[in-house]
Amino acid sequence: MLGQVLLKTPISPAPAWFDLTAARHLAEAGAPLEPPVSGTVYGTVLNVRSQVEQMAEAMTRPPYQAPAQAPVLYIKPPNTFRPHGGVVPVPVEAEELEVNATLAVVMGRSIGRATEAQVMEAVLGYTVAIDVCIPHASLYRPAIRQRCRDGFLPIGPWIVERAAVADPDALEVTVAVNGQRRSRFSTAELVRPTARLLAEISAFSTLHAGDVVLVGLPPDGPRARAGDTVVAEIPTVGRLQCVLQAEGAA
Amino acid sequence: MRRARVAYSGAVHDAVVEADGRTLHLADGRTVDESAVVWLPPVQPRTIVALGLNYADHAAELAFKAPDEPLVFLKAPGSLLGHKGVTRRAADANQMHHECELVAVIGRTASKVRREDALDYIGGWTVANDYAIREYLENYYRPNLRVKNRDGCTPIGPWVVDRDDIPNHADLAVRTRVNGKLVQDGSTKNLVFDVPYLVEYLTSFMTLSPGDIILTGTPHGMVFVQPGDVVLTEVEGVGVLENRLVGDNEFYNPGPETAA
Repeated sequence: MLGQVLLKTPISPAPAWFDLTAARHLAEAGAPLEPPVSGTVYGTVLNVRSQVEQMAEAMTRPPYQAPAQAPVLYIKPPNTFRPHGGVVPVPVEAEELEVNATLAVVMGRSIGRATEAQVMEAVLGYTVAIDVCIPHASLYRPAIRQRCRDGFLPIGPWIVERAAVADPDALEVTVAVNGQRRSRFSTAELVRPTARLLAEISAFSTLHAGDVVLVGLPPDGPRARAGDTVVAEIPTVGRLQCVLQAEGAA
Repeated sequence: MRRARVAYSGAVHDAVVEADGRTLHLADGRTVDESAVVWLPPVQPRTIVALGLNYADHAAELAFKAPDEPLVFLKAPGSLLGHKGVTRRAADANQMHHECELVAVIGRTASKVRREDALDYIGGWTVANDYAIREYLENYYRPNLRVKNRDGCTPIGPWVVDRDDIPNHADLAVRTRVNGKLVQDGSTKNLVFDVPYLVEYLTSFMTLSPGDIILTGTPHGMVFVQPGDVVLTEVEGVGVLENRLVGDNEFYNPGPETAA
């Protein structure tokens, strides 16, 4: 299947394999697509070194008291999913949104209590996620109202198979707002590299076929406002675009 | 009506349960006794919302003041477990405790619902036991997923009771018995944020879909559980949910007794 990607269109009951050239053509032509994932999406914070360094001192004080021992995870529920080309609603109470992007790892079969090697064998492939949130400083309580709003996870355009990515821990993730590059980080900067992160999650939650793990976010993600176009790109994985629109606007 | 999902004779079935709690009418027309079935979670949600510190007495017990805004966290479907299931009590989980909760099951797509209309969007009610393991708590997105998103650590059921069969959802006893001893005895009338408020709050920013569930929080009265304990969580008029705890060895190397 090398050179092919899993793409979900509104008329297909499930994602289907497309030749990469054909898929690119569809995506660039603005063909209607759907999010290529449907399982539980786990996000991860404090897994990029610069974010941990930035918070190092705060993590020794209340309310945190001590650095986190386990991966710091959250869930992006299905109401947040949007496809390539999708619209992200900007709520009335937020002047701007954080539009951070990251690598999304998609599971192909279910696995729990896995070693790093076992868990990677169960990976189907990779896609791109724009993890939108209302900017918030505190990591003390789950940020559901900030992170889990309708449309706050553009993801796609497709899933590239695992074998198409030689090393998931050597990928550059960039975000551009209105054509201007606003951030970049490399998955080489992960505190827990991909395999270790997945294995540690699988120690207490079985990762099920279709589940997704977002590997981490750099600090100070780019901000964007209603009317802005955001493009996240990971070479060899994909280029994902969304548009921000004031909530309630047609 | 009480609606259950069970495994019986090689297939998964929707079933209606009689008032005796043990006679099940399968959707295919057969009637079977509960001793012959494996109870499954009665709902298959994609979004599972849970509340922390939503009873003032429980918040005080944990030395927190009740929050100004609902303390919401999410779980994945893999955390759910059916009635009479077996939950692992890990060897290092000396501070693992039960949490009996009323669960609201969403009946139709809900977005920007006003609290006065909220019950129109509820399809039914069930019971959950939202186990927590305090050793694994960390102060990042607390309660963190390692505490609240563990395989099989959220028993739910035994069934869903239709909304209109429970006219007084805001005045139901919420009780837990561990090995027959009453340890938790609260009432949904003491919820800090009641069900209509929670539906309005959540749907103000997230669309909920049919089958999604809201675990509304637990009252005062927690004890640490041990391998071998049988935990009954009950919401008055909704049901009594049974769960048994086993240690690591029995969980990972189950004998015929464990599966029964």
